[in-house]
Amino acid sequence: MMYIVYLIVFGFILTTALGLIASWIDRKVTARVQYRVGPPFFQPFYDITKLLGKETVVPATASKGMFLISPVIGFAAATVASTILWMNQLKLGASFLGDIIVLLYLFTLPSLSIILGGVSSGNPLGRVGASREIKLVLSYELPFILCLLVPIIKSGYSIRLLQILNFQTNNSATALSFSGGLALLMLIPCIQAKLALVPFDIAEAETEIMAGPIIEYSGVSLAIYKLTKSILLFSLPFFIITLFLGGFNFVGFGILYSIIKYIVFLVIITVIRNTNPRVRIDHAMRFFWGPITIGSIIAVVLALLDL
Amino acid sequence: MSIRLNALLKSPWVFHVSTGSCNNCDIEVLDCLTPRFDIERFGMVLAPSIKHADVLLVTGSGNRKSMERVKKLYEQAPKPIVVVAIGECACSRGIFIHSYNCPVPLDKVIPVDVYIPGCPPKPEAIIAGVVKLIQKVKEKTKNNA
Repeated sequence: MMYIVYLIVFGFILTTALGLIASWIDRKVTARVQYRVGPPFFQPFYDITKLLGKETVVPATASKGMFLISPVIGFAAATVASTILWMNQLKLGASFLGDIIVLLYLFTLPSLSIILGGVSSGNPLGRVGASREIKLVLSYELPFILCLLVPIIKSGYSIRLLQILNFQTNNSATALSFSGGLALLMLIPCIQAKLALVPFDIAEAETEIMAGPIIEYSGVSLAIYKLTKSILLFSLPFFIITLFLGGFNFVGFGILYSIIKYIVFLVIITVIRNTNPRVRIDHAMRFFWGPITIGSIIAVVLALLDL
Repeated sequence: MSIRLNALLKSPWVFHVSTGSCNNCDIEVLDCLTPRFDIERFGMVLAPSIKHADVLLVTGSGNRKSMERVKKLYEQAPKPIVVVAIGECACSRGIFIHSYNCPVPLDKVIPVDVYIPGCPPKPEAIIAGVVKLIQKVKEKTKNNA
């Protein structure tokens, strides 16, 4: 019973609020980079409220059930993933063996829900976007998993999130070693691709294929996609900070330090997104399977040599 | 005013369709997004698809081929949707009023809420038109309540 409360309080309400604030920071930083004023603070909240009040149109060529259920799959996965992260962070005693592997799967599900939505929408542009998303998932998952091996090896082959956190509290953060730093560097493009931000927003390219897989979505379904995206904007950096930068700390000045850690991470992602053009899908695959995979293999080898 | 309507007025996402315009009004619409005017201050974003949009911006004189498409777009749009006619051509067909290719004005095909005249209208005029639209919607709900 307690777990349902955690799911609603931490997984849904807290993460959604923080994610929407994060998406405001993202938009504001983007605007400042382009010498604009940018949207007001409550803008993401207005957007979601507005979308919830709009009509949901289902195209005649779509397969109706799949079309309406696929946003919910991604949203549910993102919520559960952030609940697991919060419970480990606040030490609510829900760490189980192999929760990193569960999180790995849960963070892949939002991409799968976008693919399902794009294919079932019956729109040719949606299908093009879905096929691009499949290729992108294939390319970034391998280096992503390789990079996550580094903190696992560092903490003495533990696949329990809480043990990795405790190891980092007792010793130093993973990112302060050679292997951890290299793995964190290699993870940043993977995060960018997972969040569908600009150098790798190939699947949702607004100027080429008009938002791709989510082109036919409107009203509540679109609101769920937007919410999933902002939840991931908070919980993916949270996951990386937990594994590499020693997690968050809520005692005294630790709060300030945690907020700075997260915001610096977010601003790095945003600045990368604003200073790069969109790459083509074959360039993205070559980039991820070439330099990024080699870099993460080197990081794993360094971790095995205890560097 | 209800929460729903308030949120709609705070984040109107615009979709922009040209019914055979000379491209001048379209450039002025895009000018509104530039750092000098920055309509994202009011929560306005260019929507990639009509399914995401709350405001339909129509430019151009409306020729035979494109009028069918505009009607289809209006029918596909999730309601509530607001239609704004930008430029002399969309308001009254302009110099093409006697043309064989522009048989009907825009407001005979779909209901138009705001007319922004000019050839082309300045970005300031477009923003002023949208502000008037928001005031109109607010007053309408005040009188009904």
